Order: sequence, then structure tokens, then C-alpha cells
Amino acid sequence: MPPALCLRGAVALAGRFPALAGVDLVAEPGEVVVLAGANGAGKTSVLRVLAGLLPLSGGEGQVLGVDLRSDRRQVRHLVGMVGHAAALYDELTVEENVRFALRAARGDLGRVGLALEVVGLGGRLRRTPAGRLSAGQRRRVDLAVLVARRPALWLLDEPHASLDQAGRALVDRVIKDAAAGGATVVVASHELSTVVPMADQVVTLGGGRVLEVWRPEGWAEGGAGATSQGQDEAPVVVAGGPGGRDVA
Amino acid sequence: MWRDAWLVAGKDLRIELRSRVLLHQVLPFAALVLFLFAFALGPDHRVLSGAAPGLFWVAVLFLTVLAVQRSAAIEAGPGARDTLRLSGLEPPGVFLGKTLAVVVELAVVEVLLGVGVDLLYGAGIREPGLLVGASLAGTVGLAAAGTLYGSLTQSVRGRETLLPFLLLPVAVPVLLAGSHLWQAALRGRDVSSALSGAPVVGNGPWLALLTAFSLAYLALGVVVFGPIQEAP
Repeated sequence: MPPALCLRGAVALAGRFPALAGVDLVAEPGEVVVLAGANGAGKTSVLRVLAGLLPLSGGEGQVLGVDLRSDRRQVRHLVGMVGHAAALYDELTVEENVRFALRAARGDLGRVGLALEVVGLGGRLRRTPAGRLSAGQRRRVDLAVLVARRPALWLLDEPHASLDQAGRALVDRVIKDAAAGGATVVVASHELSTVVPMADQVVTLGGGRVLEVWRPEGWAEGGAGATSQGQDEAPVVVAGGPGGRDVA
Repeated sequence: MWRDAWLVAGKDLRIELRSRVLLHQVLPFAALVLFLFAFALGPDHRVLSGAAPGLFWVAVLFLTVLAVQRSAAIEAGPGARDTLRLSGLEPPGVFLGKTLAVVVELAVVEVLLGVGVDLLYGAGIREPGLLVGASLAGTVGLAAAGTLYGSLTQSVRGRETLLPFLLLPVAVPVLLAGSHLWQAALRGRDVSSALSGAPVVGNGPWLALLTAFSLAYLALGVVVFGPIQEAP
């Protein structure tokens, strides 16, 4: 089976600035990949490249078997993305926003009700105009679209931002369910203590490059067994715990 | 493409109905324009009725700028462009849908403007079919051109002032042809013949110009709307 996503030496420009300067990344179906790194490290750019929003200027890339260089628009039909800002139509209700997104994506409208219940926006909230929602509730609407659409690749940019404790638990549950259902989930986050326990691999970025790749088996128990792979290096056992990895 | 167009048009019209911008801002603006023109030209009904076609189309041009700015603003929030690109909607469908929504909004305003022109300026309608045909062809052209330039200026600083600069000059053919055809529809003859007292002749070329303008901008928008959305 081909990997769900594969970047080889990916270079991408944001204007004239190199947002990515040769990123390698491979993930299998059903994996959760966490992108870590400081602000400006390239996390969002990786997500945008994988979504087909940012073109590759160099290197190669494939998402779910579709070439990112030649068929970016086709990739967009296969991925679902939750970005920094929830782009909703304020005058439409929560349900109308989800229904519109689902109709546009040729999704199953029968899943709208279920998706809204899953993200805690059932009842009266589904008929509330999106303009009256809090930032956290708006993020839940974005998540509801993904839950209803069930894309094969989920791209989440700081999904825990603006959310209360219940909302953060909801995001974790949705990520786990998506991966359990065979979807690949790529999460860019500063909150490693929250997302790493769910991750199959953690990719640390810096300056548009991959600084480190590691698989966090046993990370929650103190890091024993976590493996690390730098760029062009064989996997090595990480010495010490992961305590210093959290860049939040 | 057509499915996406209906979807986008329905969404935009629903948003406009809920926001009530048309009711609270655009319609009062249209009424204000009619009254201001009437004040500027004086109480002579012959002058007013003679100028009515041109005034109507100038008012429609201003209202098109408002409607297009509003239409572009719907997709202008943070992350809205990326969301639209990821939505699965075909760009030509988005363009046609947004154009259709603007056409419907302008049509509503034009009906009220037409009634206002008739009542306030005393312009009697002789050929309603020609009036409706000219209005429809001109409105489609203006909406298509406006939607196209609205998307071009969407991510530009000072877009509110840039859009009229781009749209108004290219709308001159609509202003010319629309005014001539309205003149003919109101008086039962074309402008030149109205002045000379000759029988009705020569509306066909003006109607053809309006139709060609509309089709050209519809085709251009269908082709270039996608690349515009992809521009960095």
C-alpha cells in the first residue's frame, strides 16, 4: 500500500521567502503525525503544501497517490483542513454552514446531525448564526465539517487553540476516532504534552527543515523506547526523556 | 459547474436576506440617487424624462459597485480564501454563482428604480419587452464584470476605491447601449430617431452590444476566476 502522504525534499515559497527548504515526510494510512517547532518553523506551510494550497517549488510530493506538483486541485478534494481561523459565514446558522460545506464537497448530508452532536453543537446551537458563536464554538463547527466529510487526510493547525477543557478532550477524541477509522491525521501544535501521546510520529521542524523525527512509543511513561531520526540519519534511540521537547 | 453555481448563489442570497444590507443600505441609496438627480435637474418634467434612461443606468452602475463589494466581502474573512479553495467547489461555478446572486439583487433594485423613474421623472414605458431585455442583458454584464474585478481586488489594500476605478470605465458600453435602449423603450423609438422624429430603427446593434458585453465577461470570468483565486 502506498503511503498516505510523502514529501521528498519539498521546497515551498511564501512570496520570495522559502517557507520550506527541503522537507522529507512520510506517513501511512491511519497514522497520527505531530508537527512540532517554534513559530515560523514551517508547520503551517507543511499543512498548506499537503492541502494543495501552497505549490511545491522543488522536490516531490504525493498525497493519497495524487501528485502535488501536477494535480494540486485534485488533492483538495481528498483532504480536510482546520486552519487558524474558522472561516464561517456569520449570517448562516451552524447547521447551514456545515450543510453548505458538505454539499460543496459532495458529502453525505445525512451525517450533518451526527457530526454536530459529536462536536457538542446539537440542540439549539445548530440553529444559532455562526456570527454569535465564541471562537471555541466556531472551531467546533470546523471540526464538525471534517467529522461529517470523513476525508482520508486530516490537517489540523493548532486544533486545541481557543478551546476549553471539554473542547480539547473533544479534539483528542475526534483525532483518535479519525485515525482508528483509517484516516491519516497531521497536527501542527505547540501543545506537545496533549498531542504526542496520540502520535505515531513527531516531526520537529525548524527554519523550514526537518530537525528531527521520532516515534513516541512509551513517551507518556517517560520517554523510554522513543526513537529518533534526524535528516538523512538512521533511527537512533533517544537518550533522556522528552521533557525538553515541548516548545510551547 | 452549474450545480456549484446554484449552491453559491443560494448561499449568497440567503446571506444577503439575513444581513438586510439590500433593504437597509442599497435601496435607500437608490432612492437617494433618484431624488438627488431630480433636484439637480430641476422640476422640468421634459428634462427629467429625457434624462431618465441615463440616470437609471448611472444609478445602476453605482449600485453594482455596492452589490459587488458586498458579494466579495462575504468571502473576505480570515482564512476564507483557503476555505473556498478547499471546499471542492469548481471556480467557474463559484464565479457564476456569485454573478447570479448579484444579478438577482440588482434586478430587485432595478424594478424599484424603474418604478421610481416612472413616477418621479414621468417617463412612460412604451415597449416593456425591450426595457426588460435591455435591463437583463446589461445587468448580467455588469454583474459578471463586477464579480470578476471584485475578486481581482479582494486581497488588495484599498479595494473599496480600486473596484470603482476598474469597473466604471469598462462599463461604458453598458451605459451607452442601456441608455439608448431604455430611451427607445420609453419613447418607442431609438435616440437618434427620437431626436429627429423618425420611426423606430436601430435597436438591434445596441442590444447585440449589451449581449456581447455580457457573454464576453461571463466567458472571461469562467476562464480566469480560478487562476485569480490561486494567485499568491
